[in-house]
Amino acid sequence: MVNRINFSKFFKIANIFSLLAIFISILFLFLKGLNFGVDFKGGTLLEIRVSDSNVKIRDIRDSLKTVNVGDVSVKKFGKDGDFLVKFEKNSNENDKFISELKNKISGKVGSEVNFRRVESVGPKVSSELLKQGVTAIALSLAAMLFYIWIRFEWQFSLGSIIALFHDVVITLGIFSILSLEVNLSIVAAVLTIVGYSMNDTVVIYDRIRENLLKYSKINTNEIANISVNETLSRTVITSLTTLLALGSIFILGGEILKGFSFAMILGVIIGTYSSIFVASPVLNYFKVTQKTLLKEDSIN
Amino acid sequence: MLNFTKIKVFFIYIILFIAIFFSSLNFKTNNLINKKVNLGLDLQGGSYILLEIDTTPLINQKLQSKVIPIKKLLNENQIPFQNFKITKKNISFLINQEQQSKLKNLFFLKTKENLVNIFIPEYNMFDLDINFEENKVIINFSKYGLVRLNNAALKQSIEIIRRRIDDVGTKEPTILQRGDKRILVELPGIDNPERVKELLGKTAQLTFRLVSNDDEFGSEKLILSDTNEELTVNKRVVISGDNLVDAQPKFDSEANQPIVIFTLDRLGSQKFGKITTENVGKRLAIILDNTVISAPQIREAITAGTGTISGGFSFQEATDLSLLLRSGALPTPINIIEERTVGPDLGKDSIDAGIFSLTVGFALVVLFMLFKYKIFGLISNISLISNLILLIGILTLIEATLTLPGIAGIILTVGMAVDSNVLIYERIREELKTEKSIIHAFDVGYNKAKITVIDANVTTLIAAIILFVFGSGPVKGFAVTLGVGIVTTLFSAYFIARHLTSMVVLKDKKGKYFNL
Repeated sequence: MVNRINFSKFFKIANIFSLLAIFISILFLFLKGLNFGVDFKGGTLLEIRVSDSNVKIRDIRDSLKTVNVGDVSVKKFGKDGDFLVKFEKNSNENDKFISELKNKISGKVGSEVNFRRVESVGPKVSSELLKQGVTAIALSLAAMLFYIWIRFEWQFSLGSIIALFHDVVITLGIFSILSLEVNLSIVAAVLTIVGYSMNDTVVIYDRIRENLLKYSKINTNEIANISVNETLSRTVITSLTTLLALGSIFILGGEILKGFSFAMILGVIIGTYSSIFVASPVLNYFKVTQKTLLKEDSIN
Repeated sequence: MLNFTKIKVFFIYIILFIAIFFSSLNFKTNNLINKKVNLGLDLQGGSYILLEIDTTPLINQKLQSKVIPIKKLLNENQIPFQNFKITKKNISFLINQEQQSKLKNLFFLKTKENLVNIFIPEYNMFDLDINFEENKVIINFSKYGLVRLNNAALKQSIEIIRRRIDDVGTKEPTILQRGDKRILVELPGIDNPERVKELLGKTAQLTFRLVSNDDEFGSEKLILSDTNEELTVNKRVVISGDNLVDAQPKFDSEANQPIVIFTLDRLGSQKFGKITTENVGKRLAIILDNTVISAPQIREAITAGTGTISGGFSFQEATDLSLLLRSGALPTPINIIEERTVGPDLGKDSIDAGIFSLTVGFALVVLFMLFKYKIFGLISNISLISNLILLIGILTLIEATLTLPGIAGIILTVGMAVDSNVLIYERIREELKTEKSIIHAFDVGYNKAKITVIDANVTTLIAAIILFVFGSGPVKGFAVTLGVGIVTTLFSAYFIARHLTSMVVLKDKKGKYFNL
């Protein structure tokens, strides 16, 4: 067998590492929480481009001092002269809110200001969007659970869900730790990660099932080890091509897709890891053997 | 698995040809078949505005209108009542308990003579509900009545918003109902939506009322917008915006300012003539959404059915006011609950960045596959290109909307599409170790990998479908490209790549190329 790596030797330490990572992620998610964007928190976002590159964050902040807009955050956004300004308030109560903001900024900053993007979300819509996002992720996990349960045995289904949960929690945990913004596109990224990680897990599970039926005397961890090794080059190549594509979006796709592609890159790496080091050893914990498969078959 | 009948090959080429045809439609204009991939608002620039109607004032207003019919009904049928009250949600009064059943029968009379409680035979339902608590009577809108009120208001609001937007003259606006209280407005290509937003947000309830503190109808204090003067205005509406048939902006050269000229319908002209004749010397307040825009003195009777409004407008304001008056008043106040605007230059930047990263990502994947699998990498690349053509072809056929996340979805498809071929080639490589016959190894490899490929793609497809159902706006575009991408990937891997592979394998039995 080529490229033979003894993965099963690392199963235990990897599982301890994963548990720790999940624990830390959950801790951060509960204590620090996620940095929700206007999609989920409500409020207003302005993306502006100033032609004079001497304009600083402070100048923009100063221009808004006289308006009662609540909490304001001003950030650089990619190139020099590009800024992202966020407000707690939205245009819900006041139709002229955004035009007032625009006038204030243009008036004070002096050089030509181009308002490239405006997003304003009311509290009702943002809470609905958040609910929708959570429902979508939960539903996708449930759908995967069901699909794998139909295609394999329940142990596989549970194992893959544990791996998916692992991926989603750690990805979100990293977003919490780094205070990265979570918006609608991050939900899309998480759902795609769920799909991708599942895809990866299924390939290995397929091989584990095949090998379990082939060898009756080898223990499950060893079977997992053989199967991971047999599918390893595919796992690596697919992760690599996907990362090539994602890396190109991350670097060249513009500021708007940065968060999205970063979440996906994280997800692909964590998902690949979890297929090997979480989904596979879990089967041994559930005491999956050749008998498990044969018993199911005889029922069918 | 390597055996392709001629008819199968023929169909593969036909499908590919159709896909090329549809893809090419995007690069030409004035086609016979006018299909194209639409650009989302985030790519072409424009505004997305979500509006919500607020029916509470309307419910109150409709309840008000029931007061006189109810009192009339009670009086005509000799039902003595006292303590008649109206709140925001109901009407209540006290009657003798013995009269309850009589009132109830009158209240739920299923004939046209019942002017209090309208009966809708199609649904076997009444607009109003009546409840008795000892000698207290409570009347409110029934569930059905509220729904009917809400739906009528929403429909009318959509109509008026459409009229206003058409009047502004934006290109290809989309105005859609969303749920039972919301209206979605999409305005592609609009740079500064502030003016449109102001036009959409205004109820534009126009009334003409006399400035007086006459007690019969009651009066209220309103502010004159121009001078901030407080005026006591009679509650009785002389004429309202409903009587207007036209309104146009005009420049008044005498007063040297823009004004609005309005024309009234026949009934409005009669009323206006009567009131101006009777009240010469008094002031007439012109009120728009609870603000007095002007309150000129009536100098003489106006019977021609036309008049002017001057309120120190700029020409833009006069134009907008005429537009609002022409389109009519919204039945309920409307709130903007979500707004997203992308300027055209950001949209263009996004397209450029999207296409550039797609090209680079594509090139990287293609080079990698060529390096890794040589001739089979080439096959996989051909199938990848066909995959892209099929994907764009289908997106054109269904006239999908391409968004920035949608482009990301295409790039992701490129990255993941090779997975099917990788799975198959890796499987074949394993088979080649034990299998002597190359053809047999390929056959077994394709067969064994089939289940895995399908399983692996179904899971991603599930994620894409859920995203499509729950996602909104640009994210939906991502779900579409991802989902369609999976279907085209399966087709290209199992038909195009397999067909090409079989051609190579069957021609080269010595295995010159099989250094997989």
